[in-house]
Amino acid sequence: MRHLLSAGDLSRDEANLILDTAEEMRSLADRPIKKLPALRGRTVVNLFFEDSTRTRISFEAAAKRLSADVINFSAKGSSVSKGESLKDTALTLQAMGADGVVCRHGSSGAPHLLATSGWMTGSVVNAGDGTHEHPTQALLDAFTMRRHLGSLDGRRITIVGDVLHSRVARSNVLLLATLGAEVTVVAPPTLLPVDMSGWPCATSYDLDATLPKSDAVMMLRVQRERMGEAFFPSAREYTRRYGLDVHRMAQLPDEAIVLHPGPMNRGMEISAEVADSTRSVIVEQVTNGVAIRMAVLYLLLSGSNETSEESQA
Amino acid sequence: MTAYLITGASIVGEGVADLLIDNGEIVAIGNDLDRPEDVEIVDGNGKIALPGLVDLHTHLREPGREDAETVLTGTRAAAMGGFTAVFAMANTDPVADTAGVVEQVWRLGREAGYADVYPIGAVTVGRQGTQLAELGAMADSAARVRVFSDDGDCVWDAALMRRALEYVKAFGGVIAQHAQEPRLTQGAQMNEGALSGVLGLTGWPSVAEESIIARDILLNAHVGSKLHICHLSTKGSVEIVRAAKKRGLEVTAEVTPHHLLLTEDLLTSYNPVFKVNPPLRTKADVEAVREGLADGTIDIVATDHAPHPVEDKDCEWSAAAFGMTGLETALSVVQHAMIDTKLMTWADLADRMSYRPAAIGQIGEHGRPLEVGAPANVTLVDPGVERTVVPGESASLSRNTPFDGMKLPGQVVATFLRGTPTVLDGKLTR
Repeated sequence: MRHLLSAGDLSRDEANLILDTAEEMRSLADRPIKKLPALRGRTVVNLFFEDSTRTRISFEAAAKRLSADVINFSAKGSSVSKGESLKDTALTLQAMGADGVVCRHGSSGAPHLLATSGWMTGSVVNAGDGTHEHPTQALLDAFTMRRHLGSLDGRRITIVGDVLHSRVARSNVLLLATLGAEVTVVAPPTLLPVDMSGWPCATSYDLDATLPKSDAVMMLRVQRERMGEAFFPSAREYTRRYGLDVHRMAQLPDEAIVLHPGPMNRGMEISAEVADSTRSVIVEQVTNGVAIRMAVLYLLLSGSNETSEESQA
Repeated sequence: MTAYLITGASIVGEGVADLLIDNGEIVAIGNDLDRPEDVEIVDGNGKIALPGLVDLHTHLREPGREDAETVLTGTRAAAMGGFTAVFAMANTDPVADTAGVVEQVWRLGREAGYADVYPIGAVTVGRQGTQLAELGAMADSAARVRVFSDDGDCVWDAALMRRALEYVKAFGGVIAQHAQEPRLTQGAQMNEGALSGVLGLTGWPSVAEESIIARDILLNAHVGSKLHICHLSTKGSVEIVRAAKKRGLEVTAEVTPHHLLLTEDLLTSYNPVFKVNPPLRTKADVEAVREGLADGTIDIVATDHAPHPVEDKDCEWSAAAFGMTGLETALSVVQHAMIDTKLMTWADLADRMSYRPAAIGQIGEHGRPLEVGAPANVTLVDPGVERTVVPGESASLSRNTPFDGMKLPGQVVATFLRGTPTVLDGKLTR
């Protein structure tokens, strides 16, 4: 594995290797000294063209716990309207000797371009690109579910919300299917892509019918702005039909858990009672995010010296 | 003026004959022709003589974006591609919406001398879609504009489109519509379908093209004018135009070479060289536009040659410009997609790439059959050559060809513009 661009690129073995490695990394969190020397001398750049404090600090904590040098490069606000700066930024990072670049970008495919353009040689981790993918989020979600449900093989997982615009949903559907789960996405028809024939999941417009058959339910953030574009009539109507409140939550099987990638719109897609309930693993997702990102950075970068020497030979 | 004798070429893919060009005209076609003194011989053996190609849809970028293309470089690329006439789209800066700008572009074409340049006038002031431009002034100018288009943007206001169609009847003009319903394509990046959902790129649905085509055909039927559909790209559009023609409704349509060959699957690379408007579609659409071109539903091939400087393509997808170059590869792509597949003959190609575009654009000097007395606008192509497309070898200022690295058949060996060679031995003459 050279880059992590799409959850769909991972084989089942690779995905399990990341999850198992994350399990080891997670145990580190309980020790007094939370640091490993694994990436000492390596440079990880957090290249964020979009604001995302939580994802950035999660990657930053992960890299630091592995003893890597971390550079935070926030391009938001600088003049990036003309794309050329992605290339110039990549050339700059290359010149500085970045071993790994964690890229968040508003344009779908930007991390893919960084990895394939030849502008830089470091490993690229997609930390969320446009409305495309967010593979480490899917990995941490799978990791969290696995800790509660055991193997995901045959588990029924329901993803609810703005699938059309959600990179979290895309990565989760691909990864969970690879891990053998039965995934159902639930949304109003306007918030599903027009043709989902290639997606390894079922679709439904009816949350109430799906919940009793769910071992885990993941609520996606829905932006209120979507109302203006006629994706749904009002926040209230959305909540009524697709929001998760305690009454709906009661339809879940006893052991089922509730996830949310954050940040939440409490009262919109998820009620405060549900978010704070015992079924909710939302805070745990954040903890697990660091472990997953440690595992990804470790697996991508710990062998990178050997590979670069090989390629030079 | 030097006389040229093209020897042993297949005339428009049919009988083999010599073709004598002198004084700007074709003066003889046949075998064992009397050779004038000092005639220059062009070996036509194994090659095909075609009427000079005519492109109804070229972006020459001048005035305004001389970093992407100029009238000179664009017409040099046209000559290399076998074109003797190109229609220059109006989306320049300033927009070609006045007699002054269209006359400037027309004059620059004359001065360049590689291909005749016929400016297309904007339909609305500044291509803003709100107020009709002075179409009559452009028609009466030295540029004699007959084709009007807001290409790049759709004339989406139905009332304005109706008035434009009506108004140009006074001088026999034609409105060339860029069919794209704007509300259905806000932020659109690629064909809407299974792949756009996977790639997370905002979809450009077929219906946004088809609904405008259907509307405009009906509007045009109501007012009895001339409507031309630019770069038709979907199966549904072919079906609508075919049904309209069957009912006897007036409409002409074009397809680009790239829509005849390339599909959206190329976008999995996120390489912006494949970003174009309308977007690359599916295999079913490609098959439908080929069929439509073969059966005459689609009247012509037009390149939509859209040069862009490197920095506008060497970036992430959403920041990149729409468009691809096409003048130098058009003939090869059409040979590959239509002739080598036996869907069309070379005579059909001459019809779709020379006679009919000239007829739609109403230019008498071009698009004439190769016969004695016709202006010597002639293209000689070697169909047996296979070549690899190398962007750096282009005569265009820009490098954004989607065919980079592809092997394509056919090579233009010579192009004559009114008896003067612009290309000989596959190279520009000056």
